[in-house]
Formats: sequence, C-alpha cells, structure tokens
Amino acid sequence: MSKSNGNRPARIGFYVCHCGHNISGTVDVAAVARYAQALPHVVVSREYKYMCSDPGQERIAQDIREHALNRIVVASCSPLLHEHTFRTAVEKGGLNPFFFQMVNIRENVSWVNESPEEATEKAMDLARAAVHRVAFHKALEPKRVPILPDVLVVGGGIAGIHAALTLANAGRKVVLVEREPTIGGHMAMFDKTFPTLDCAACILTPKMSQVKNHPNITLWTYSEVSKVEGYVGNYTITVRRKPRYISEKLCVGCMECIEACIYKEGKFPDEFNAGLSRRKPIYIPFPQATPQVVVIDPQTCIEFKTGKCKKSCLEKCDRDAIDFSQKEVVEEIRVGTVILATGYKTFDAGRLPHYGYGKYDNVYTSLEVERLVNASGPTGGELILRDGRRPKTVGIIHCVGSRDRNTNRWCSRTCCMYSLKLAHLLKEHTDAEVYNFYIDIRAAGKSYEEFYDKLLEENVHFIRGRVAEVTDWTARPSEEGKLVIRVEDTMIGVVRRIPVDMVVLAVGMEPQFDAQEVRRLFNISCSTEGFFLERHPKLAPVDTFTDGVFIAGACQGPKDIPDSVAQAGAAASQALVLIDSGSIELEPNTAYLVEEDCSGCKSCLTICPYHAISHDEARKKASINEALCKGCGTCTATCPSGAIRQNLFEDEEIYSEIRGLLTPMPAEAQGGESC
Amino acid sequence: MLNHGAGVSRPSREWQPRIVAFFCNWCTYTAADLAGVSRLKHASNIRIIRVMCSGRVDPQFVLEAFARGADGVLMGGCHPGDCHYMEGNYKALRRVRLLRRMLRDLGIEEDRFRLEWISASEGEKVRAVVNDMTARVRSLGPLKLPEKFRDWDREIGELEEKVGKMEEKEHVG
Repeated sequence: MSKSNGNRPARIGFYVCHCGHNISGTVDVAAVARYAQALPHVVVSREYKYMCSDPGQERIAQDIREHALNRIVVASCSPLLHEHTFRTAVEKGGLNPFFFQMVNIRENVSWVNESPEEATEKAMDLARAAVHRVAFHKALEPKRVPILPDVLVVGGGIAGIHAALTLANAGRKVVLVEREPTIGGHMAMFDKTFPTLDCAACILTPKMSQVKNHPNITLWTYSEVSKVEGYVGNYTITVRRKPRYISEKLCVGCMECIEACIYKEGKFPDEFNAGLSRRKPIYIPFPQATPQVVVIDPQTCIEFKTGKCKKSCLEKCDRDAIDFSQKEVVEEIRVGTVILATGYKTFDAGRLPHYGYGKYDNVYTSLEVERLVNASGPTGGELILRDGRRPKTVGIIHCVGSRDRNTNRWCSRTCCMYSLKLAHLLKEHTDAEVYNFYIDIRAAGKSYEEFYDKLLEENVHFIRGRVAEVTDWTARPSEEGKLVIRVEDTMIGVVRRIPVDMVVLAVGMEPQFDAQEVRRLFNISCSTEGFFLERHPKLAPVDTFTDGVFIAGACQGPKDIPDSVAQAGAAASQALVLIDSGSIELEPNTAYLVEEDCSGCKSCLTICPYHAISHDEARKKASINEALCKGCGTCTATCPSGAIRQNLFEDEEIYSEIRGLLTPMPAEAQGGESC
Repeated sequence: MLNHGAGVSRPSREWQPRIVAFFCNWCTYTAADLAGVSRLKHASNIRIIRVMCSGRVDPQFVLEAFARGADGVLMGGCHPGDCHYMEGNYKALRRVRLLRRMLRDLGIEEDRFRLEWISASEGEKVRAVVNDMTARVRSLGPLKLPEKFRDWDREIGELEEKVGKMEEKEHVG
C-alpha cells in the first residue's frame, strides 16, 4: 500500500451509473450496487442516473468527505471517455485522483450483451475486480511537459492551407510540408465550386500566395516527412526535401527554361491536367503554382537519363537557377503539435470495367472533366472530346466507387453535388442534353437543395437507377457511333438504353494511397475504410489517440470544401489550446526501478524501444530515464526479478484484478489486509 | 476483515466458460469500445483487463488467470508494425511462443489461450474472436485448474507421506 495512504484500511466508495437506459436497460444496476455494498472494504455503494453529471460527480466528492473514503470505483462507460472526469471528481473530494478505478459496463457489457442475467453477472465480476484492484492504487503525481509553440502542418490542400494560415495569423510559427511541387491540392484542379459556382482558383490562389508570403509560415513543397520522434509538445520531425534541380531562391518563375527545353512539345502526361495534356521534363504544374518555381522531372529529362543533353534550359536561365547537381536535403525541425491534412485520392474508375473507363475514349472521370471545362485546362476550356468531337449528349454516372458493396460502401458525400455542378457547366459549355444517373440525390448542405432545384429547372435529366453498363454495342441506328448507357429506370420500372457522346464517372473519395504509412509514422489509427481515425466521432472529431496530433479535411473521411475548411480551423484551434496552455499533463504510467531488487542482468536494456533504460556500470544496476519512458510496461513484464515496476499498472494491481475477477468471494482479500 | 459478501444472491446458471482478456489500450481495447458503440452483440463470457500495451502482459498473468479458474485467456494487441509503442507486440509474441509450450506441458489445451492482433477499427473482429473463442472453450468444458492443483497437491502429499514412511522404516531397519 502506498505510503501517502499510511496504513489505514481501504474505505471504498462504489458508484454504478444507469447512463439513462444505456446501462440500466440491460444491467440490473440496483443489484450491482447491492452486490458491491457487500464486497470487502466497500463503505458506500450507490447507483445514479448519470454519474458524469455535475450532481453525480458532486456525490463522489461529498461521500469522500462524509465517509472518509480513500478509494473510489465508478462502473459506467469506457475509461477512454470519462476516466479523466471522475479522477477530477475524486480530486475535488480531496483525494489523490489516482485512488480511482473505472469499470466499463457500457461499451463492454450493456451495449454488447443481450441477456440481462449474463450482463448483470458480468458487471458484478468486473466491479469485484475493480474493488480488489483499487485497494492497491498509489498516489501519483502526473508529469507535466512543456509544449513547443511551433506547429507542423502536413499537406497543402485547402485544409492544410487554412490550418497553416489560421495558426500563422495567431502568431505561431508553422512549417507546411507538401509532397507535390505546389500547394493547392485537389481544389486547385477544380473549375468551379458548388453551390455558388465561384471559381475555385479565384478563391484558392489568394490563400496560396498568403501562405507563400506569410512571415510565420515556412513552406516546403516537394517534401515529405520521413521520421517522427518524441511526444506531445516536443516532436522532432525529419523532412526529406526532394531535389527539384532548380534553386527555389533564384527561380522567379519566368518559365523561359521551359520554352528552351529541347522537347519542343510536351511529351509526358501532365499530372495536374489529370493526364489529359502533355508536359515537358521541365515544367511548372499550373500558372498559379505556389511557389512559382519550375521543377525538373529526372525520370523524363534527357540530361538525367543519358547525360548527353545540350541543356538549353541552363543557357536560357539568366539567374543560374538550374542546378543538375542538386541533392536531396534532409531537414530536422522541432514542433509541439502536428496537423495532418493529407487529403484523399479519387476512386480508380478502371476497377469497374463495365463502365468502360480506359476502354472507350469518351468515358471520363469527374476530375478529368474539371480540367476539361477549365479555362487553363488542356483544351483551354473548350469541351472537346478525345476523338475531337463536341458532345451533344452527356451521361453522368453517380456513385462510381461509392455506396457499392463491391468497391466502397461509404457515401463520398461530394459526388452528388459536384455532378450537379458539372451538369450545369457541361450544359453551359456545350448546350448538350445532360443525363444524371443516380441512386439518391444527397444535397444536404447550405443552399445545396436549392442548387438541385435550379438544375431541375435547367432541364437536366435525372434517371434514378444504378447503371448496369456502358457499351458501344448498338441495337438501333440512332445508337450508331454513340456510347450506350444501360440502366433500369427505377421510377418507371423499365430498362432503358440511353445513347450518349460522353460519359462522366462521378468517382468517389478514398484514403490516400499511403494513408497507412502516414498513420504509422505519426502513430495514429485508421478507421475500417482506411481514413484517419478521430478520437471521438462526435466530441473529438479533429483529435487523434496520439496527443498533439490533429487531423483535418478529407484524410479523416470524404468531405467537401466548406467542411474541410471548418475542420482545419478546428484543428488549428485545438493546437492553439495546447500551445497557449503551455504544458500538458501526461498519464503517470511510467516505469520505475526498485534498485535493491535489480540484479543488473541487463534483460531490460534491449527491450525498451525508446532507449529509456541504461546500465549503470559502477552500481551494476539498471537506470530508467523517466523522461524518455512512454509507459508501455514491456520492461516491467520482462524484468525477471520484478525490480521494474509500472505506475498505474503495478504487478499487484493487475494480479488483484485477475483474482478479483475469478474469485467470487475471496477469503484472502489481499487488498484489505495489506492496507 | 470486513464482510465477504456472503448471502448476496447472484444469478446461478449452468456452467459458462470464463475467459479473461488482456487488451492493449490503443488498439484492441479501443476496438472493444467500438464494438460497444456499434452495438455488436457477442458472447458475455469475456472479462477485459486493460493494459497499455500487449508487451505489458507478463506470462505469469496468463498462468495466474488459469490458476485462479479461468477457462480461457485471450490477449489482444495492435497488428505487427502498428504498435503504439513501436514493438511491444513483438515482445509479447516472443513470450507467447514460450508460454504456449509451457501451457501444453501443463495439459492446457491450445484453444484455451489465444493471441489476436485487433486494430482500433476492428470492432467486428472483437465480436468474431470472442464468439469463436467462447464456442471453442465451451466445447472443451471447464478447465478446473484450481481443482487439479488441489488434486496434484494431494497426490504429492500422499507421495511424500509414503516416502517419509519408507524412510522411517529404513531408519528403523
């Protein structure tokens, strides 16, 4: 028993929560309270409707004072949700907050077990285990660590841009790391935005140049985070800055080198135009690219491939910005918090061969159409198909790679709205007949439904049904030279064949291809679909399970621009909360050494992944650096002589929990006697 | 000593397997929470003990659980490569290999002990694993290790007594 508690016997207060009907609907809470009352050392046992409410918490504090309680057990929801709440209540009552144990009888019992008898018995078992355990709890002091004020933002799409600007405007130093040669992300590729139809570039590019010019923002494009070390408040981040073979300092973006390239015409697929146009090996992704710096692609540049180019680009550059010998630069920065805004990728339409993408020239993805209708796109905004024609009829197929058990089950949330937008733009550009093939129109957003109404008035056709296939197999003369969309029109219960000149596949949103690597790097989790997992789906949507790491935008799940911006602002303010409070309390679950028990066997040295344990040669004992310890407890389980202990997870705490679980009426009741 | 709680009636039913689970805080415990939030109903035979990392699970915990009457023990950790503490789950795996041999020697059937990697998003897997393990342990029947220990202790006691008597005889002889 802990020294601070003296040798007084345990006086335990036990509280079981109804959680409305969430627990009491399955678990007989009154029986659990009666049962606990009879357990060793339990002085007070109560049931209450909502333990987490103010009166519930106040009850605990009051009982501590009135009944001289020195241990508290609350049986309610998951400790991941309310452990902190109840520790605070315990502290208010004048006890050390760690003289507390929580029993999860909601997530682990009432929500997953149907039989009231079984659930009640399970709740009693868990309550008994906690009553056993809590007697062994010790008074602990949480460690406080300072929060470095600088922030890392990963990803320079609209979410990353907004988060970085918010923090920078609040006076914080931000490093924004972007993998591509320019920031802007997907939004920079869009033509107009729904439902207002304002031009994406017009609202985005001013923010992009603000990022570039902001004194508080360090912008590293063409760079990737390769290593993350440390903990909340004190992360050391390694960033690899790929060589662009152009000096960012010297280049002014005049693009004369691009003119001068020995390739007179672009030859390689232009990523920014979704492969619809060709670029040279030396290029700038798009006119407003930020930074305005050219990049050389070593995969396609003759000089890199053969070493025998006459390097006309080099001659042309009067600022000597081109440097073929540039090497990758590895930078190391220290930040206190991180915001991940790594975005999404679009569904690969080739995975659904019956829609003919890659097989028929005139089948496009929605992203390609964004570029086709854009004035700075591959056709200068003229809607010219791959075969040179202008479409007279267009079919837009919704939910490609969304709401589909064969591909992705989730709704990508943006496709209905951008399909409506594209329908409007296509009609505007070509006056074509436009058909939308949809399952449901999901227009839930401010002014979204009104936009849908507007489209209905513009005589865009809506056919409700999932398209079976896109084919060039013609059944009648009117289909000659067309693509035929076969679909069941579920409004009239008829299978229809709609001949069109152009098919647009409204592709869904998926996790980034390297979302798994990124999550490992930053030690966070992904949800089943592979998007980054938030700490709580409702109450902590931008937090993660790793303190100091926040998420914003479509990396957390499909979302449109306004939602991404809102989340980015939220993530920035969550980071500011940490920064402004200056320090954060860490769970005091670190390991410590009982030196007299240490035999100096060195088994623990190689076990610790954080190198927190060293061997003191003079004393022939292990030595634990608590500042480096993260509290996994692996060394504690390893130490053959039991000399390494873990706070909050002491051997006797866990053993007493096991015994409490399995010994219905303990004769020995170790906890009590040693108190 | 205070009241032992004797006299409070508890629901009594036919034999039910008792399975103790050690779940790591970051992956499997979170997954169990997710199973709860998603209302994924499953067998009620599991009793979860939360640890920070599967690396904290001392094989002695598992043995203690069996010795105290558990019919099965389940360990849950993050998938390989996903450990919140980098490699605690590998350390757990290393120990589990040795532990399995020991359990076999003790006559504890293989299905009574299980190590599963369950990530925070795999609430469905928690349900599947708990149901499957409960069914397997149920078909094995009660382990009754505490009773077996008593039997073994008695046998050893008798043996010692016998040996003692023989020695006595020799002495006398």
